[in-house]
Amino acid sequence: MNAALASATGILVAPARLTITDAADGSLILALVGRLDAYSIPLPWAQASAALAAAPTRRIIVDAAAVDYCDGGGIAMLVDLLRQPRADGAAVSVRGLRPEFQALLNQFDLARLAASAAPPPPRVGAIEEIGRATATLGRDLRTQIAFVGETGAALGYALTHPRRVRWKDVWYTCEQVGANALPIVALISFLFGVILAFEAAVPMRQFGAEIFVADLIGLSVLRELGPLMTAILLAGRSGAAFAAEIGTMKVNEELNALTTMGLDPVRFLVVTRVIASLLMVPLLSLFADLIGVLAGGLTMLSFNIPFVTYLHEVASIVDLKDVLAGLAKTPVFAILIAGIGCLRGLQTQTGASAVGISATRAVVSGIVTLVAVDGIFAVIYYILDI
Amino acid sequence: MTSALPAAPIVRVEALSAGYGDDVVLRDVSFEVNRGEVFIILGGSGSGKSTLLKHMIGLYEPLAGHVFIDGADIVTAEGAARQEILKKIGVMYQSGALFGSMTLLENVRLPLEEYTALPLPAMDLIARMKLELVGLETFCGHMPAELSGGMQKRAAIARAMALDPGILFLDEPSAGLDPITSAEVDALVRRLAASLRITFVIVTHELASIYAIADRVIMLDKRAQGIIAEGDPRVLRDTSENPRVRQFFRREPEAATETA
Repeated sequence: MNAALASATGILVAPARLTITDAADGSLILALVGRLDAYSIPLPWAQASAALAAAPTRRIIVDAAAVDYCDGGGIAMLVDLLRQPRADGAAVSVRGLRPEFQALLNQFDLARLAASAAPPPPRVGAIEEIGRATATLGRDLRTQIAFVGETGAALGYALTHPRRVRWKDVWYTCEQVGANALPIVALISFLFGVILAFEAAVPMRQFGAEIFVADLIGLSVLRELGPLMTAILLAGRSGAAFAAEIGTMKVNEELNALTTMGLDPVRFLVVTRVIASLLMVPLLSLFADLIGVLAGGLTMLSFNIPFVTYLHEVASIVDLKDVLAGLAKTPVFAILIAGIGCLRGLQTQTGASAVGISATRAVVSGIVTLVAVDGIFAVIYYILDI
Repeated sequence: MTSALPAAPIVRVEALSAGYGDDVVLRDVSFEVNRGEVFIILGGSGSGKSTLLKHMIGLYEPLAGHVFIDGADIVTAEGAARQEILKKIGVMYQSGALFGSMTLLENVRLPLEEYTALPLPAMDLIARMKLELVGLETFCGHMPAELSGGMQKRAAIARAMALDPGILFLDEPSAGLDPITSAEVDALVRRLAASLRITFVIVTHELASIYAIADRVIMLDKRAQGIIAEGDPRVLRDTSENPRVRQFFRREPEAATETA
């Protein structure tokens, strides 16, 4: 019963109202009535501000004797009225405010609140912005080169001291990067094989040359598309995961914990992931090659090319050199995917959005680098006539 | 007007049982918090203090029981009714939980923007005054990441007060603060309780802070899965028969009660 009574008295007082009257001495009286809180003050606040602005040379008395309740919002309104710059002899004053509310009002330094809030930092000009971006890019490149060196050294150490590698983590990452990625790699390479074969077979049928689709599929999938598609998929799947995982560890200060224990985060976190990727990416690429070629063969069945004929044609144009040329790129791709993912993770800043930014950067820079490196391979193979 | 009324419960916890899965942390807990009171929930680690707090603010659903906030049950309330209850409470989380992508001013202004019809300059003034109350007015334009842990906590209190709720729930307000800042937070709590008659429900185990601010405490215990003591902390310290309560207030290690 008491609770209901208390709650009722707390809430059911009249909402805030403002009446404006002229006093005998020429001053303006703004009489506030009821409950002043954030929900009920918008209207009286606007009315009072307007009254102040309309009477710049008159003395203003805010009569708060009939205020039943006044919380932070109401006090803010009084502060706002009191802090307005006024002409001499036209000051604003508050009277009749209950002592408990007056105590709330007295907590605030009106002079300080009269000044507007600290201005936002000055905007940066376009030229300065370009300069900063360039400097950041330069720093980023330097970090990447240093990271390549650091990872190389840590990998070298791992090779010479295989017992020091945390193999349990390596196998776990292999499962994450390799086995768990099989369905998506299978799906994408199958679709790719089907689409490629179909799109090529339709125009080639006009020349009665459907059988050469096998040559096209064989060469393009084994040399180029199998490894590249797998790598791009893994950059999106595992590169982002590495960045997010390590980024979260950084935000949680787990990296600092490793460092202060005298453990090198690169050896601990990066080496295991790079080794796992080195083991898994070539296998997944081979798997993608196989599925892509099979998908092409299945598609050609609908163009009346028997599967045996298709495979025979593939075997006649493709030799081991082509398969190896494709697979030779995969270790490089593996190092790029894992390395960039881990680097972006290690570069994570603080804040809730930092991990998301790291994961995005890992995917974007991973894919850009993969495509660029694939181009370099193409040039090298052309020059070497492979 | 309200000050003339006798002490009346504003929060009532009724036969609350809480836990995670099969693991029951609190069994059949009942107590009341009076309007305008600084009420402290104490207990050792794992005794269910934070669990109880999270049930009181409606974040978790209890296994059984009810929590009434100003007469309305937060456990069963849904939609607009729940929203109304939530407007009456403010919560400061242990880590501050300020939104990292917003400045302090924007953090404090957010509830005002969502719930009131005030114009932007008015909301800014209110937000600045809340920050002034916790001594952070000069940091209005800073991002949370640029502040120390203690400052973030104080800013979180300012945000919890944005709509002047009747009840403030603070989860470990002194943890991780230096003694001076911690004493400032205590003084702030006392001042707000006295001037605005805000009810505080605070989870803490800082003894200094408890003596400084508490009107009443309850003490939770892991083994009892509930309340083992309730009342004025000084009285409990001096007169409690329960060895675990005495142990807590005298800061004795676990073994001391077993041999005592």
